Amino acid sequence: MKNAVGTTGLILNEPLLWKIGKKGRSGFSLPRRDIDLSPLDSALEGQGPDFPDLSEVDVVRHYTRLSTWNFGVDTGMYPLGSCTMKYNPKTNERQASLPGLAQAHPLLPPQLAQGTLKIMYDLERYLAEVTGLPAVTLQPAAGAQGELTGMLIFYAFHKRKHQKRSKILIPDTAHGTNPASAALCGYKSIPVNSNKEGILDPETVAGQMDEDTAGIMITNPNTLGLFEDNIRQVAAIVHAKGGLVYADGANMNAVMGIVNMADLGVDVLHLNLHKTFSTPHGGGGPGSGPVCVTREIEPFLPVPRVIRHEDQYRLSDDRPESIGKIHAFYGNFGIQIRAYAYILSMGADLKKASQFAVLSANYIKERLKGVYHLPYDKPCMHECVFTDKHQQQYKVTTLDIAKRLIDYGFHPPTIYFPLVVQGAIMVEPTETEPKENLDQLVDALISIAAEAAEKPERLRKAPVNPKVRRLDETTAARKPCLAG
Amino acid sequence: MKEISELNFPDDLKYAGNHEWSKLDNDEVTIGICDYAQDQLGDVVFVELPQVGDTFDKGQEFGTVESVKAVSELFIPLSGEVTGVNENLEDTPELVNNEPYTGGWMIKIKPADVSEMDGLMMKDAYLDMLKG
Repeated sequence: MKNAVGTTGLILNEPLLWKIGKKGRSGFSLPRRDIDLSPLDSALEGQGPDFPDLSEVDVVRHYTRLSTWNFGVDTGMYPLGSCTMKYNPKTNERQASLPGLAQAHPLLPPQLAQGTLKIMYDLERYLAEVTGLPAVTLQPAAGAQGELTGMLIFYAFHKRKHQKRSKILIPDTAHGTNPASAALCGYKSIPVNSNKEGILDPETVAGQMDEDTAGIMITNPNTLGLFEDNIRQVAAIVHAKGGLVYADGANMNAVMGIVNMADLGVDVLHLNLHKTFSTPHGGGGPGSGPVCVTREIEPFLPVPRVIRHEDQYRLSDDRPESIGKIHAFYGNFGIQIRAYAYILSMGADLKKASQFAVLSANYIKERLKGVYHLPYDKPCMHECVFTDKHQQQYKVTTLDIAKRLIDYGFHPPTIYFPLVVQGAIMVEPTETEPKENLDQLVDALISIAAEAAEKPERLRKAPVNPKVRRLDETTAARKPCLAG
Repeated sequence: MKEISELNFPDDLKYAGNHEWSKLDNDEVTIGICDYAQDQLGDVVFVELPQVGDTFDKGQEFGTVESVKAVSELFIPLSGEVTGVNENLEDTPELVNNEPYTGGWMIKIKPADVSEMDGLMMKDAYLDMLKG
């Protein structure tokens, strides 16, 4: 393979700030004091923080150098499965930073916040249209909080019927946060095995669903990147026993404008705006996890709700069956603006984004199958899952393959997830990579497979090009050093 | 990762489909995970175990084991009440990798029905299962 993206270059060392600091250096000057000194009660005094003294150039170079060690979506392809690391157009950042929006105070009275309320109201309508579920709350701060909101709604729904159900069904191909969210609501999660095709069998669900089970949490498309073909039958089985269907919509990037979730029998669904709708994902947030529901479930949504009366928007708390507040104010508004700008700028092409995301994943799957073991050989959605089975004979593992890919200039795919696939290598290319980049990734992975057979040692020592070589993850986890 | 032939499976233990081993000693059963399980998991960095006095039904989750790769559930091979927990694993989880059958044991239980041991696999049957 020629012209790999990855190569070596001049990498500048950079010590910790404490090692750079010299007593007396300063990056700013305080204005001249125009009031008298006021002594502080000694009881209030304490040891100051241990900050180094630094000049402006020290600080600027420090962070600039560190940033050159980074790899992000703006640097290159980031096919991290299950994470939808797609490129986010800069115009959406620009809209979110407009001073009138970025500086709006959450305590502004509604008459002075009509623009922000309209954005929230309209965004709810757009998300309703994208998902097919008519009522939406923007409050949850991220996907897992959306799941928790969904579970609180399940609980409230059954409580209205004077029922207390104790269990929830969670397929083994669901997102890992689902059982935790259900447990926070006091539900015991019951794992449901997927079938040989990697999806749910209605018979399996029928055997486990009973009247002590609150419902099911399905990730669709699931974490194998497969569409749950039997979801309608599964939903009918769950509904027949009085349960509800929760869909983890974190993989919505595969089905925007294509699948109507209400038609599938979904009652409650959350979206990750920070994956699908143009907010950089990762690094700890902020995120946004709106929850979309059917009309029947709408009374339980968190308050306040944004409502429109003639041409005026206001907030309403008058929802007696609401599960209450989920977030201090109205959710992470900055993320909502990005999603609003993204949906408006994409328009009908949102559907095309999903189509390209699915096409890209299937292209990679077809080109790499045979080179890497493909456990589920059928059309996939937005991501495909390979394993290291063919490479095991050379004592090369998924971890070695992923680390070697760094040398070729790519962020590694997700590895060892989903747990139902041993040695999983999960690739999600997204719609934002052109064919040349997909080919470059495939060529790199083919070249790595050849190296595995001929020079396996090279993979075990990888990566060799980046500033930081293979980290000792074991010691980092067993004996973490958290000091600066 | 090792070949199955490179792994060690003592003859005097019983094995479960989820790769836990069990050993009966004077009405008490010691439970851990086998050499295959630790090898598949890779370096173990954390083990979460139940408390003495907790009771479990056969097949229930009694804890989790976290490696650099993933978090996996531990399933109890037979019903019973927990009578002992290996507290050394809190600071030295690597015992699960280095000594899976001795220093890396996880819990001891008083079984509700000792005959459940008969339902577990002997070494040869377990090896046949691993080889598929």
